[in-house]
Amino acid sequence: MEIIEAIGKRILVLDGAMGTMLQRYNFTEEDFRGERFKNHPSSLKGNNDLLSLTQPKAIAEVHRKYFEAGADIIETNTFSGTTIAMADYNMEDLVYELNYESARIARYVATEFTNSNPEKPRFVAGSIGPTNKTASMSPDVNRPEYRAITFEELRVAYKQQVEALVDGGVDVLLVETIFDTLNAKAALFAIEEVKEARQIDIPIMVSGTITDASGRTLSGQTVEAFLTSISHIPLLSVGFNCALGAEQLKPYMQRLSQETEFYTSAHPNAGLPNAFGEYDQTPKQMQALIEDYLKDELVNIIGGCCGTNPMHIKAIADIAQNYQPRKIKVSG
Amino acid sequence: MANTDCKKHLSLSGLEPLMITPERNFINVGERTNVTGSRKFLRLIKEDNYDEALSVARDQVEGGAQILDVNMDEGMLDGKYAMIKFLNLIASEPDIARIPLMIDSSKWEIIEAGLQVAQGKCVVNSISLKEGEAEFIRQAKLVKRYGAAVIVMAFDEQGQADTFERRIKICERSYKILVNVVGFPPQDIIFDPNIFPVATGMDEHRLNALDFFNATQWIRENLPHANVSGGVSNVSFSFRGNTTVREAINSAFLYHAIRHGMNLGIVNPTMLEVYDEIPKDLLLRVEDVLFDRHAEATERLLDFSETVKGQKKEHATKVLEWRNKSLQDRITYSLVKGIDAFIIEDVEEARLASIKPINVIEGHLMIGMNVVGDLFGSGKMFLPQVVKSARVMKKAVAHLQPFIEAEKDGKQEFSGKILMATVKGDVHDIGKNIVSVVLGCNNYEIIDLGVMVPPEKIIETAVKEQVDVIGLSGLITPSLDEMVSLSKAMDKENLTIPLIIGGATTSKAHTSVKIAPNYGHTVVHVNDASRAVTVVGNLLQKDNKVYKEQIREAYDKFRAQFLTRGKQKEYIAIEDARKYKFQIDWNSVEIVKPERLGVQVINDFDITTLDAYIDWSPFFRSWDLHGKYPDILCDAIVGQQAQELFKDAQVLLKRVFDEKLLKAKAVFGLFPANSVNDDDIEVYDENETIKATFLSLRQQLKKRDGVPNIALADFIAPKNSEKQDYIGAFCVTTGFGTQELAQQFEADNDDYNAIMIKALADRLAEAFAEYLHKEVRTKHWNYAQNENLTNEELIKESYKGIRPAPGYPACPDHLEKATLWRLLKVEEHIGVVLTENLAMWPAASVSGYYFANPEAKYFGLGKITEDQLLDYSKRRNIGLEDARKWLSPNLAD
Repeated sequence: MEIIEAIGKRILVLDGAMGTMLQRYNFTEEDFRGERFKNHPSSLKGNNDLLSLTQPKAIAEVHRKYFEAGADIIETNTFSGTTIAMADYNMEDLVYELNYESARIARYVATEFTNSNPEKPRFVAGSIGPTNKTASMSPDVNRPEYRAITFEELRVAYKQQVEALVDGGVDVLLVETIFDTLNAKAALFAIEEVKEARQIDIPIMVSGTITDASGRTLSGQTVEAFLTSISHIPLLSVGFNCALGAEQLKPYMQRLSQETEFYTSAHPNAGLPNAFGEYDQTPKQMQALIEDYLKDELVNIIGGCCGTNPMHIKAIADIAQNYQPRKIKVSG
Repeated sequence: MANTDCKKHLSLSGLEPLMITPERNFINVGERTNVTGSRKFLRLIKEDNYDEALSVARDQVEGGAQILDVNMDEGMLDGKYAMIKFLNLIASEPDIARIPLMIDSSKWEIIEAGLQVAQGKCVVNSISLKEGEAEFIRQAKLVKRYGAAVIVMAFDEQGQADTFERRIKICERSYKILVNVVGFPPQDIIFDPNIFPVATGMDEHRLNALDFFNATQWIRENLPHANVSGGVSNVSFSFRGNTTVREAINSAFLYHAIRHGMNLGIVNPTMLEVYDEIPKDLLLRVEDVLFDRHAEATERLLDFSETVKGQKKEHATKVLEWRNKSLQDRITYSLVKGIDAFIIEDVEEARLASIKPINVIEGHLMIGMNVVGDLFGSGKMFLPQVVKSARVMKKAVAHLQPFIEAEKDGKQEFSGKILMATVKGDVHDIGKNIVSVVLGCNNYEIIDLGVMVPPEKIIETAVKEQVDVIGLSGLITPSLDEMVSLSKAMDKENLTIPLIIGGATTSKAHTSVKIAPNYGHTVVHVNDASRAVTVVGNLLQKDNKVYKEQIREAYDKFRAQFLTRGKQKEYIAIEDARKYKFQIDWNSVEIVKPERLGVQVINDFDITTLDAYIDWSPFFRSWDLHGKYPDILCDAIVGQQAQELFKDAQVLLKRVFDEKLLKAKAVFGLFPANSVNDDDIEVYDENETIKATFLSLRQQLKKRDGVPNIALADFIAPKNSEKQDYIGAFCVTTGFGTQELAQQFEADNDDYNAIMIKALADRLAEAFAEYLHKEVRTKHWNYAQNENLTNEELIKESYKGIRPAPGYPACPDHLEKATLWRLLKVEEHIGVVLTENLAMWPAASVSGYYFANPEAKYFGLGKITEDQLLDYSKRRNIGLEDARKWLSPNLAD
């Protein structure tokens, strides 16, 4: 079954945080390096995407836990899988392999679950993060016209990531945690190029980030302006993730849900971080907040971001099955 | 999958959204951040004053603009750089960035650069079918992929739509391609069905407004969800100067355009009267014109407009009414309008009424010429008009001259004495002559030393005649160096005379960086005739110290800025560049052997054949009228002038043809050739003896991966490929006879036609080159026998193979001309000679090479670095410093 078919029938559950789960393994520098990168010149601890190569079992295990919790879609471990983000670790050359292997691991686990229960098909979303640079803002307040990255550089980097994810067998591409819409537009441009070159029609999910109570993205756009700026590409869904908890995110999801004719998604954080930077919203608390989304028919895809774990996802999946998905307006 | 965005109204975004729903009556586009429409904005951008430029944008937003149009199309600007910088700065100003942007350019690369820095959903202004369907589809696809809406001009391969039928036909065709082929969302399409001026007095313009209204309505009814836009103030263009009428036309037009379905547009709010407040009698007449209600509509509005403004407004039926005015008014009128029919009569009347004949020049005529000067200075008259005015002036002065000379003490008092010269080794003088004429009109005495003037002569004459200003002109690149050496010589001779620099290759950058530092006194670059008048005027005022200091300061500052520009370019070593040469697969390419090898001479060519091959656009450019032929003839601003100039050109051209006044000659040759050592081209005779070696130069700018570093030699098969390739060389001229004709006209006080004949000869030479190239392609070489191209396609260079010319971008090395001359025996065969700086004489000549390979293309060499210069000097067998002199404009700093 294709994801397009599934999303028409029920609310789909997306997985939770990868980083939060990986912290539990307490991997050391040596674990990150593995045999293959033991002589790599720069420190590699913290390069979570690299674990797909050096600790693939752990990655597969996290995917399995989310599927066991009831997730329909898992995200590949490729949030930083571009030459731009990998430059921090001098690992630009590994980008194709990282994405390809991450997609293969996720694909393998998903197929395993689909085979054991064909009634509930599982899907893999190729995670495409925002990179660590912004195309429409200057990092230097004294030189507002300066840009640390160009559209063209982003397009090339994203294209490479997309090629590898598609080759690795993902079902859908997820452009997420968009804090600068121009970065996302470069990613969408690259995806369209790959789609055209390969004559394929892979579904795309887009998920922006409202950074604070101003109700805008980091690059300053309102919910509606953001939506207008990315709607030129046929999308499977549009939504928001990260930065806010379910409670704070809700009003923006309401506005988005009202405006768009695409399916919608949300994967909020487990509340706002406490003074120590930790997320302490319990699965039960989060479940109650998400239930409000479901009652108001705001979403078609629901999951978790920072601070969420399989317990949160299980709580969300349990409640989601009691509700109807949001209906999208019929085009006219 | 979810349905694609199917809200069927246009939505745009900056930091905030703009939904263009039917409830919104009309969306207003701010148009002051447009260098083509706002002199102030252009100045700010040119001066790199982006802070102030941002405040123009902010004023627009605060003034109620809902979309911000940004245009950086200006020849002197790096448009792409300016667009990126300005949009990046806007992005950091939330109060401006909140509204959507309209990225406005006629150059696709600038549009694309703009789209790449805007996070919101923009409007592209504009694309059209002008360059054909393939290009239209390519651009539309990209616009869609960048997530922008698009303005589509009612323009196709045949030109701009100017009737109802053409408008709807082109819009419908564009719409179908966009929606059915490209998959463009119909609500993101905005048509601009062309707003043209009304009440121009020309019959073919009577339906201009009505056709627009009807086309707008048709689009809204027949092309679902499409929008309509337009630049409103153009409609009232023929009433510029009469604010009351203009504002009434603008707002009445807007009112009806909106009712017919126009939903966004460019309107200057200060140029708008409130519709309901337009006086009813005026409104009636305006609407009569807009809807072409009766034959006399224009007439009646014109009559009425005079009562409104109380200002005289002549029109066709009242042509001779001006003859009833006072003597001074008649003389002024003749000068302003360039009419010479009555000037002798009027001047004679003035002479009889004056105490001394000189008083007529200093009085009546100067009063008239001052009006001309003011109108020209304020952009209300154009260059060809001023030159015509000068012709009238000269006729008047010629009539008075004998009377003045008869009086012993009568001598014309000039405002100053200007020496004009085209520098050593250069023969181009059209621009210099235009400046001379315009300065002459402003009562300066001109000492014109002509062309190819050695520096000693300029200095000697300047001292002897005690001139007030020296004006230098030049077109070819070696002339830049001549100007540099002259400035040094002037300094050595302790001269203090201000120096004015002009001509096609000169620039403010070159003047300030290379010339000004050599000369302790004033050096100014002047790029058009109207500036020349202002500059000379300022230099010759009594107290000019401040002005001179200002210039010096400005040039020092400009130089400092220029030298510290942040845009560092990267170059690669010549041996690396050779590795990235343009690749042609010589194994698979089919090389056609020319039908006939060797040199051929055409001595008596029927010049009338060339009529059909003339590219008129550069002709208008030489008269400071900018635009593309034939569109320029209906351009809102210069259209009328262009029409008149074109008419005059046709008259003279007919004379040239009928009386065989110019001779067309050509020599060309086709030879076996191979490239050797990457960059050289060996030319052989039938016995494989080397007859000549062409040296090509290679691009060294660091390119993107896969983009080659080209040299002309890449288009010729290398010797080690074992393939015999061929090359052609040619020289054509239509210049013989020009000099004599120009002198005749000058003797007749007709500078207008003296300049005209040179401009026409230049065009004919280019046309001859185009024609001969076609003959070579389809007959003599015959590698393209099935070619069938229109003149427009020829001008666009749609043919196979190229004919690059030494001294131009692909091959800036003038020394190659010497090789050409030896190979073809040009001077012996057709008499065209090379000056010491390798300009061709007569000036109306074109020379170059022929390359037949289908992959051969025009390119610009750009800058090269020291390693190639050194290598070149060895290949050329000349000293390094000599090589540096010849290639200096192409050397990277």
